[in-house]
Amino acid sequence: MLAARLSKPVPRLPPSVRRISSSSSRRSDALFVHRDTTYNNPKIPFEFNADNLKRAQEIISHYPPQYKKAAVIPLLDLGQRQNKGWTSISVMNYIAKLLEMPPMRVYEVATFYTMFNREPIGENFVQVCTTTPCMLRGAYDVLDTVCNHFGGIKPGDTTKDGKFTVIEVECQGACSNAPMMVVNDDFYEDLTPETTKKVLEAFAKGQKPKPGPQSGRRTSENSAGLTALTSKPYGPGEFCQPEFQ
Amino acid sequence: MLRLVSASKPASASILTKVTPSSSSFTGRRTFASTSARQGDITLTVDGKEVTVPQGSALIQACEAAGATIPRFCYHDRLAIAGNCRMCLVEVERSPKPVASCAMPAMPGSKVWTNTPLVHEAREGVMEFLLSNHPLDCPICDQGGECDLQDQSMRYGADRTRFHEIAGKRAVEDKDLGPLVKTSMNRCIQCTRCVRFANEVAGVEELGTTGRGNDLQIGMYVEKTMNSELSGNVIDLCPVGALTSKPYAFHARPWELKHTDSVDVMDAVGSNIRVDSRGLSVMRVQPRPNDDVNEEWINDKTRFAYDGLRFQRLTTPLIKQGDRFVSASWEDALTAVAEGFRASGAQDDEIQAVAGHLADTESMVALKDLINHLGSDNLTLDSVGGHAAPVHAVDVRSNYLFNATIPGVEQADCILLVGSNPRHEAAVLNSRIRKSWLHTTLEVGLIGERADTAYGYEYLGADAKAVADFVAGKTDFAKKFMNAKKPLIIVGSAITEHPDGPAVYNALAKYVEKNKSQLVTPEWNGFAVLQRVASRAAAYDVGFVPSRKASQTKPKFIYLLNADEVDPKSIPRDAFVVYQGHHGDLGAQLADVCLPGAAYTEKGMTWVNTEGRAQMGRAAVPPPGASREDWKIIRALSELLGAPLPYDDVLSLRDRMWEISPTLVRYDTLEHTSVDVALAGLKTLAAATASAKVSGAPFVKPISNFYQTDPISRASVTMAHCTRAFVKGENYGFSELSSKSEAAYA
Ligand code: SF4
Ligand code: FES
Ligand code: FES
Repeated sequence: MLAARLSKPVPRLPPSVRRISSSSSRRSDALFVHRDTTYNNPKIPFEFNADNLKRAQEIISHYPPQYKKAAVIPLLDLGQRQNKGWTSISVMNYIAKLLEMPPMRVYEVATFYTMFNREPIGENFVQVCTTTPCMLRGAYDVLDTVCNHFGGIKPGDTTKDGKFTVIEVECQGACSNAPMMVVNDDFYEDLTPETTKKVLEAFAKGQKPKPGPQSGRRTSENSAGLTALTSKPYGPGEFCQPEFQ
Repeated sequence: MLRLVSASKPASASILTKVTPSSSSFTGRRTFASTSARQGDITLTVDGKEVTVPQGSALIQACEAAGATIPRFCYHDRLAIAGNCRMCLVEVERSPKPVASCAMPAMPGSKVWTNTPLVHEAREGVMEFLLSNHPLDCPICDQGGECDLQDQSMRYGADRTRFHEIAGKRAVEDKDLGPLVKTSMNRCIQCTRCVRFANEVAGVEELGTTGRGNDLQIGMYVEKTMNSELSGNVIDLCPVGALTSKPYAFHARPWELKHTDSVDVMDAVGSNIRVDSRGLSVMRVQPRPNDDVNEEWINDKTRFAYDGLRFQRLTTPLIKQGDRFVSASWEDALTAVAEGFRASGAQDDEIQAVAGHLADTESMVALKDLINHLGSDNLTLDSVGGHAAPVHAVDVRSNYLFNATIPGVEQADCILLVGSNPRHEAAVLNSRIRKSWLHTTLEVGLIGERADTAYGYEYLGADAKAVADFVAGKTDFAKKFMNAKKPLIIVGSAITEHPDGPAVYNALAKYVEKNKSQLVTPEWNGFAVLQRVASRAAAYDVGFVPSRKASQTKPKFIYLLNADEVDPKSIPRDAFVVYQGHHGDLGAQLADVCLPGAAYTEKGMTWVNTEGRAQMGRAAVPPPGASREDWKIIRALSELLGAPLPYDDVLSLRDRMWEISPTLVRYDTLEHTSVDVALAGLKTLAAATASAKVSGAPFVKPISNFYQTDPISRASVTMAHCTRAFVKGENYGFSELSSKSEAAYA
């Protein structure tokens, strides 16, 4: 299914020449209307597997029964994880049914949050942050590296083998380790074009490199070395009366 | 994004399995916080003027009360508050920023200004943002001339643009909402009035907003039509030209239209309408606010069936010669009727008159007088079983009227529907039940054919047996009903036509009598009959029913007044048939002579709605061709039949109506039946039906196709499109989800 979609070239508009009625640049990751396709239509069945159903029930039990619908976001996430990383119309319908809410209310949630992918994605989902702090620290170099590494695809595209999808995202809250990207559920921080490549190559081989800063520093400590709290912190008992030492 | 409807009340597991994703879940329960009981009044100062408003009012209402106009887009006093357009900003003392007056409760003692430089600047700024993405297509926009955005930008907007966005304006794809509502989504300013209306009032929970921020758009996400009998109201609600009327598209501009206040006749609610006409034709029908009847809504048949007034009209008198109709002059036609009458040899009760769905009160009175003068009592109604007197008789009004009144529906805390689907029989009234179901703990029970009512109900069965069970207090619902403070029984008009009608009325009448402490009190009459035909309440009021002897007589001369539902088999072969009406529908086919009458937009006549409220319709356009007002035709004919009627103008005819029943000419008011009379009526009803047998036949919905129920809507092209799209589901089966629209579950 995925391959069928991927093989179809997506017509791209020539770089913006202003025409009489030019639509504004694409703003979000996908259309805000659903169209039936072979890989995404309400006839494709979806149901939670036994494990997820149990988890779903657990999640639902957190909310008062008349406000079951409050569980819609965690359940959509669960559905997205089970459905190869994307939220198809069947996932949304199933969750609407499970939570006894009109399907449209689920669609509203799923279209509001950009982290619900409403189109299929590759096995590994690479999200490169290009918001200001990351941008200042060279996020576009990272983005270009990623795109070129995958043979010149554009943000939003999936590689031909269906292994990677790259998108540009807004701040992920890891600015202190800018630039950064997210692969699947893990943050890879303090990137340079080289380390970026390394991370991607590891993923291509099916390994999972160690998440976190790739520059070797610990968490978000000062990269030039510590300027304060350099001495050994004193432990319990130090400087106490001898009987307490 | 809007999160309005359907939080669920804990539903049973069996319901869970029944729910399909295809239909909105009415199993789910109300969500809106119910409004708290009204407490005292508060006083505040607006523009230096003191105003007193009820506590809980929005600031915008207080400003309004002080006489200050506040521009607005999203606020609408019959919908939930959204507060997303920011056009209603005002300055409030000690508030650092301008305040959205629609979303701000009025506070006692606060000082508000609506006309300061800060407010002006704020409005101008909001306007600029709204216009930055709004196309400048006013010349080709149907809303032009009645567009809130246009008006308000003239009044509050800047006089020049600073918009130089290279990428152009936002473009949004148009949605296909069906044959009634035309969309032009580029124009949408995302006020979400349509979404709120659809979810709160109409019960179309499929309409919503997708995306967010600048990308937010209105739609159903999946391709789907807006299947609701109230959908046309979003056209009025939309402050811009994003939602406009498809049938009316590019036909007229608002300033060319003549407005005539009138009354709708497509159902028995008597919705107040404004007929907009240009020259000789009706261009559109709009609702007129009336809190006692239709609030501000009308159903789609009322709004869009007007094009049926142009087709299939009878414009000249016709006389049948052999197997064809030949047009004739009035003189010839009336003479032909008189000759036919004499030739038929009809005597006494062999002279039959049949009053149809669209017969106005005046012409029914005239026809009844004429027939009575001719010595007959054979006054028949155009309905199943209309040849006999109705089971509830017509002596006591409260036996056949909607005694609880239409606004009264909202006070009921437990409603039993018997053989009725109010959604199709009185759509506007149904929206009140939905409103009350959403905001209060109203319980609804249904006996009859299952239907998608736009609110959840407990299904109690399909036939007279279920009524008997209810009356015996066997079901849980019956127990709840007994404990309700203002219980309401709504009996559909189809029950009168049903073979088990007498038994049902008997059971219910006894039940109401037994529980009169709740059901019939000076403040509340919880026994209500819902008529579905515009002329019916008036027909009962004037006594347009046959005597027992007359109902058994085989007629020789039949006068069909707007009667288009008659069973051709009920007309004897040798009878002479006259049809008077405005459309060449079924009745005209059966006739020997056709007399062209006027449709409801062409005559100023009295209509009595299901509550017994007399309202005056007004003529917006002249009747086409040689057609005439109906009562005049009957008056003219009476001369030739040798029984001249004693009134020569409509005023003396209304004097005659006054003699019959003063309620017929006390316009716009309701005459409540007193408790004693109502109980006496029920007693007679119970006595008259005491020997009724139960056949056990299930009750069926009297209206299977909401869009085509009378000659006007049957002649309407728009209504035919609606039938195809919504009833048969043709052409619009885009997505798996869209087809199963009328799935009913309780
Ligand atoms: S379509 Fe009209 S009513 Fe609906 S949100 Fe847009 S502007 Fe408002
Ligand atoms: S800007 Fe990139 S993580 Fe915050
Ligand atoms: S009218 Fe107040 S925010 Fe829209």
